[in-house]
Amino acid sequence: MNMALAADAFLALLILGLAIWTIAASQTYGAVVGFVAYGLLVALVWVRLGSVDVAMTEAALGSGLTGLLLLGAAAHLAPLEAAERQARPGPWLRLLVGALCVAVTAVLAAVVLSLPEPAPTLAPAVAEHLATLGVQNPVTGVLLGYRAIDTLLETVVLVPALVAVWSLATDPAWGGRPASPGPRDPGSALTLLAQVLPPVGILVGIHLLWIGADAPGGKFQGAVVLAAMWVLVLVAGLRRPPALAGRPLRWLIVLGALVFIAIGLSGVWLAGAFLAYPEGLAKPLILAIEILLTPSLAVILGLLLLGPAVTDRGSGT
Amino acid sequence: MTATTLYGLCGAALVGLGLYGLICHPGALRKILAFNLLGGGVFLLFGVIAQRGGGALTAAGLGAGGDPVPQALVITGLVVAFAATAIAVALLRRLATASGHSTLDQAPPGDPGP
Repeated sequence: MNMALAADAFLALLILGLAIWTIAASQTYGAVVGFVAYGLLVALVWVRLGSVDVAMTEAALGSGLTGLLLLGAAAHLAPLEAAERQARPGPWLRLLVGALCVAVTAVLAAVVLSLPEPAPTLAPAVAEHLATLGVQNPVTGVLLGYRAIDTLLETVVLVPALVAVWSLATDPAWGGRPASPGPRDPGSALTLLAQVLPPVGILVGIHLLWIGADAPGGKFQGAVVLAAMWVLVLVAGLRRPPALAGRPLRWLIVLGALVFIAIGLSGVWLAGAFLAYPEGLAKPLILAIEILLTPSLAVILGLLLLGPAVTDRGSGT
Repeated sequence: MTATTLYGLCGAALVGLGLYGLICHPGALRKILAFNLLGGGVFLLFGVIAQRGGGALTAAGLGAGGDPVPQALVITGLVVAFAATAIAVALLRRLATASGHSTLDQAPPGDPGP
């Protein structure tokens, strides 16, 4: 066994250990902390699997924003945890479920061990036509070229997801402001961080967006970094969450999806198919979609994290 | 055994662990956590399949490797998974505020029920 494989085995064992902790921990808050650490290690695995694009998304979104969301919920629900433990299923039932889950894992492991050789792949097809799109990063090419319809559906589905979260507000709070995500009395270190980090973070987010055409990065990674900077400012209490009834805010939310659909429809008579790009215009159109989609994605991700409105519309607090 | 196979087995184990937590934990927030673990395992399996199919791109000099189609699907999946988790957490917080418990049972023990 060589050194690299030993390091991989150690990483895999750490991840499994943290996953077991996340399932077995007695306190939900501790379990969520384990989950955040697990997400960061999984991002390392994505680097080892040769996919830096996914690694960045996993670290920022799967571990960072999801962790923040779950930590807030765990703190909110902590007083109710004692009642949960009484509702645990009995040992025999757990043993049965455990056996079932081991069987599922065994089947998946058998599939992994018997994957066909050589592996079926779409990589040659992507590599062959990447030059016509004018982008160098194959993942960006797939997201906005060959499988643009998936990306379109995904950006559109975020809007109803946000509507679903908003509609959980009580009637008087509808259109008001979400609860402030931070502590009631943030320490000075948090305030300083929220003042110093955002300018750098915003630059990093824009950089990730811009290099996404040719190097690992892109609109999702850039948008998550921008959303994280916004949320950091809100957590530190430097700004209040926005009133959800605001017109500019709502236009910003739908802007990305509208532009994507408009460019897709223009492809019907310019290039003969929905989401087809006219010859020579692929790169500018992809850039336009990426640049206009990023602010929408950042705002939607931030608002999903903030949750439904809790204060009365128009009232000051 | 290669590193890719190793991570494939790790993904398979994560799916099993997540499934166990999803079924056995009574608390809804723990179920959401377990569901995210399960999803993470599925994404890892995607990554393993992507990594195995990456030879052509490496040969063409386009990045370190991996079939970009499954990788792009995983990025899409991560964003949708976050949105689904946000909805689930918002539902749960509303349930807890409205009913005072955080499990999905109709009348959990110790609660007289409505």
